[in-house]
Amino acid sequence: MSVDELTCKELVEVVTDYLEDRLTPEERVRFEEHVAFCSWCRTYLEQMRETVRLTGTLAEDDLSPEARDGLLQAFRDWKER
Amino acid sequence: MTTVPSVDEREQLAALRAGDERAFAALVDLHGAAMLRVARLYVRDRAAAEEAVQEAWLGVFRGIERFEGRSSLRTWLLRIVANVARTKGVREARSVPFSALGDDGPTVPEERFRGPEERWAGHWASPPDEWGRPEQELLTAETRSRLAAAIGGLPDAQRQVISLRDVEGWSADEVCNVLGLSETNQRVLLHRARTKVRAALDEYLTESET
Repeated sequence: MSVDELTCKELVEVVTDYLEDRLTPEERVRFEEHVAFCSWCRTYLEQMRETVRLTGTLAEDDLSPEARDGLLQAFRDWKER
Repeated sequence: MTTVPSVDEREQLAALRAGDERAFAALVDLHGAAMLRVARLYVRDRAAAEEAVQEAWLGVFRGIERFEGRSSLRTWLLRIVANVARTKGVREARSVPFSALGDDGPTVPEERFRGPEERWAGHWASPPDEWGRPEQELLTAETRSRLAAAIGGLPDAQRQVISLRDVEGWSADEVCNVLGLSETNQRVLLHRARTKVRAALDEYLTESET
């Protein structure tokens, strides 16, 4: 194992930097080389991607019609002043 | 994200200043949902969040003549509602100072990796458990409720960032602008939040498989 090889422990700490495309080109190469040879880190990386995808399914509601009507009324009141 | 108002936004502002109700309704429809989501980061109760949105608009009406156009209209609106909701959240004593990154240290427990004295130091001590199901099967109501609970249990700053980035799908730039975070802090918070949410999912998905 060469000195500058990324360990799994280091990889899990930069996985977000990798997904956010914030690694330098050199760091990116080290990351991708590690993942190419380490199936356990491939599993971890894939689970992080899956986590982001699943989190994206938690949709929130929009403004209620009552709240929207309230805003329009507030706008009319403001206009009249 | 644009840092100054677009041509459209200049027109919308002019119409708003002139008291055009249709222009106002269009702005509410365009940004109302995003404003509500920002408000909900600070006050957990929906009614309080809707109040914050209303108060924010009243602030907008009062400040409309002073809006200098140094940020986009959307960013300005979202910052105003963030300020209003943050103040409300403090009054409700539900909020902690935002500046803290929440916690520090490694995000995955040390014991998951081989110690410094061992062969293959820093590599996995045992492999991460496979989730081993097709994505469609993962997407159950139970998974969603576990996810929501994991996010709800995060320190405030981490919860706010992951909610906007991963639940709402906002860009890093927009989240930094609205929450007043540096790009680096935003990324650190996102990393800690995602790592914990992955761990919570892992616990749930591997427990129910055995």
